[in-house]
Amino acid sequence: MSTPIAPDLDDLVTQKYRHGFVTDIDSDTLPPGLDEDVIRLISKKKGEPEFLLNWRLKAFRLWQTMKEPTWAHVTYHPIDYQAISYFSAPKSKKDGPKSLADVDPKLLETYDKLGVPLHERARLAGVAVDAVFDSVSVATTFKDRLHAAGVIFCPFSDAVRDYPALIEQYLGSVVPQGDNFYAALNSAVFTDGSFVYIPKGVRCPMELSTYFRINAANTGQFERTLIIADEGSHVSYLEGCTAPMRDENQLHAAVVELVALDNANIKYSTVQNWYPGDENGIGGIYNFVTKRGECRGRNSRISWTQVETGSAITWKYPSCVLIGEGSVGEFYSVAVANHRQQADTGTKMIHVGPNTTSTIVSKGISAGRAQNTYRGLVKVLPSAAGARNYTQCDSLLMGPDCGAHTFPYVEVKNPSAVVEHEATTSRIGEDQLFYLLQRGLSQEDAVNMIVNGFCKSVFNELPMEFAVEAQNLLAVSLEGSVG
Amino acid sequence: MNQIQRGDLILDIQGLVADVAGRNILKGLNLTIRAGEVHAIMGPNGAGKSTLSQILAGRPDYDIKAGSATYLGEDLLALAPEERARRGVFLGFQYPVEIPGVNNVYLLKAALNSRRRQQGLQELDAFEFMTIVREKMKLMKMDESFLKRGVNEGFSGGEKKRNEILQMTVLEPTLAILDETDSGLDIDALKVVSTGVNSLRRDDRAVVLVTHYQRLLDYIVPDYVHVLAGGKIVRSGDRTLALELEQRGYDWLIEGTNAA
Ligand SMILES: Nc1ncnc2c1ncn2[C@@H]1O[C@H](COP(=O)(O)OP(=O)(O)OP(=O)(O)O)[C@@H](O)[C@H]1O
Ligand SMILES: [Mg+2]
Repeated sequence: MSTPIAPDLDDLVTQKYRHGFVTDIDSDTLPPGLDEDVIRLISKKKGEPEFLLNWRLKAFRLWQTMKEPTWAHVTYHPIDYQAISYFSAPKSKKDGPKSLADVDPKLLETYDKLGVPLHERARLAGVAVDAVFDSVSVATTFKDRLHAAGVIFCPFSDAVRDYPALIEQYLGSVVPQGDNFYAALNSAVFTDGSFVYIPKGVRCPMELSTYFRINAANTGQFERTLIIADEGSHVSYLEGCTAPMRDENQLHAAVVELVALDNANIKYSTVQNWYPGDENGIGGIYNFVTKRGECRGRNSRISWTQVETGSAITWKYPSCVLIGEGSVGEFYSVAVANHRQQADTGTKMIHVGPNTTSTIVSKGISAGRAQNTYRGLVKVLPSAAGARNYTQCDSLLMGPDCGAHTFPYVEVKNPSAVVEHEATTSRIGEDQLFYLLQRGLSQEDAVNMIVNGFCKSVFNELPMEFAVEAQNLLAVSLEGSVG
Repeated sequence: MNQIQRGDLILDIQGLVADVAGRNILKGLNLTIRAGEVHAIMGPNGAGKSTLSQILAGRPDYDIKAGSATYLGEDLLALAPEERARRGVFLGFQYPVEIPGVNNVYLLKAALNSRRRQQGLQELDAFEFMTIVREKMKLMKMDESFLKRGVNEGFSGGEKKRNEILQMTVLEPTLAILDETDSGLDIDALKVVSTGVNSLRRDDRAVVLVTHYQRLLDYIVPDYVHVLAGGKIVRSGDRTLALELEQRGYDWLIEGTNAA
């Protein structure tokens, strides 16, 4: 038998955003505002080496010269960057928790509520979790087992302390400080995140997972993730995100950098469920994220899979720079926008090396008054002889007031390249809906079945447990959007 | 629910008047169907046969202007489509729709379980369910690979019809309305589909066959044959009426209505 497609809806219909609780916890939060002193303070609080402070300051100075991008198909009130607090940590022992025993029980409870129990025993077998709560990493599970395999998986700040050489070598090597406005801001103020290093020839023995949660009010979350897959190594990494319901908008500006060396393979999956705001567009997370992977080695592969259901605004283009000969980039995306959500997302595939290939499968679903935009760039440089790209871009509209937009940009500078593009836009079919109702399914089950069917080729790319979670999320996000 | 006995009233349609897109299609249609019976409805293109079938199944695009349809003592027209389905009304579509990415077997299971919940029966586990489905697939001479494919996705015309009948045999409806299930079938498929329909015949169920071809009625022998023309049932008879229609066409009946 195959995997069930529609989730059991019974427990979903009663809830809207089910991660919308606030944890009442003492936190150590900097007052709002941003200047060089704040950056020095963050760096000091984290006990960072000199090179990193200088790196941050350089980013900050670049940021001050940059303008917020306006080309995305989204509209929002200007963000007051001086009204945001750039550091918030749950108060605990000075250097943060050393083990789960040191973690505030309230925090553990929070992650239990989120379905991410941090106790290793309770954890899904085979998934190691790093949990980031506001600005700091609270716990990383399964450290020992990973250590035995030589895999490094730890909070970014630990990596700065324990592996400064790796950080200095790779940080900003894929997304430089001045890459874009949000990346520059992140580089200046990032507080934590995850670090992964998979040594040569190692197949990571379990899924690695990071769970991000924004809890404190008026804080931004600026995490930084760096994954390095050395020659011939394999890793599958998943990030999940939630935030409490709040009336104000909160900023999330993350940077993720991936590096794949010869024959290495990185699979990066995201289930993004930040608070989207209410039906009227009040509140919600501004999700302005820069994600990029470099296939530096021959025959290396980087695969992005994302299920984006949350955030008031999503601005996100996980990209691959295909440098190594024969390297492969993949992007599989489901982006859902309901009510007044705005999503502008897609990918960039930059073909640099010969015989590089890329695949893009994007499924956009719009409901309510939402606007969903796919923006993709396929660029084939003169050096990329024999490059191939296949893009498939499908939009599903639910209801008359939503919109779907597709902007596929193609720049081909090598005549031997083959670039294919297919796009469809469809409305959720009355015929399909009636057919399923006639077979006795409820309206909600019927809609979920059709939508999940539409997304199937992307869900197939997710690790099994997360595919189920993604289906559930989709059901909650689209609740009541047809009929 | 009481056991349905042969001869009990399953569906009683009285004076049904219905419009679609502002056009009047059904003009006072009467039809009575009892348990144990098979009714064939024939009639010219555009007469309203599919309209009637869709209205009975609860498709929302039709305006019911007058009349009633009573199903097992309940006002059928007041029920939502999924409620009708769960109570045992099945429509085999003239043009079954494709639903990409949704497994055929997954839909079957969800459909059967929603019917069973309505009947107060336990949902089937995967093993019990597959046992039933395998048996029905054998009956319909369908390869098991169809189960894993998307609902009707890329099926040939004949395969889609066969799939409709497979669903019907799994769901075992009280009232099956089959809208031109025989159209587009080759001879062998016609026999298989007929076997499927005949396997459903029972004292406590009824079948309505909408068809253009009397050939189908050689395999599924009806108790009654009706002619739907000009939005009404203009003639009812036994299966010899179908043979007569094959000889004479519909004109003589339609002229009759106009005169009346
Ligand atoms: N959505 C619609 N909008 C406009 N007209 C419609 C619509 N649906 C049905 N009709 C019209 O209603 C009439 C009856 O159609 P119906 O499909 O019920 O005929 P039928 O008896 O099933 O014909 P056939 O034997 O060709 O299947 C036709 O004239 C058709 O064009
Ligand atoms: Mg018809």
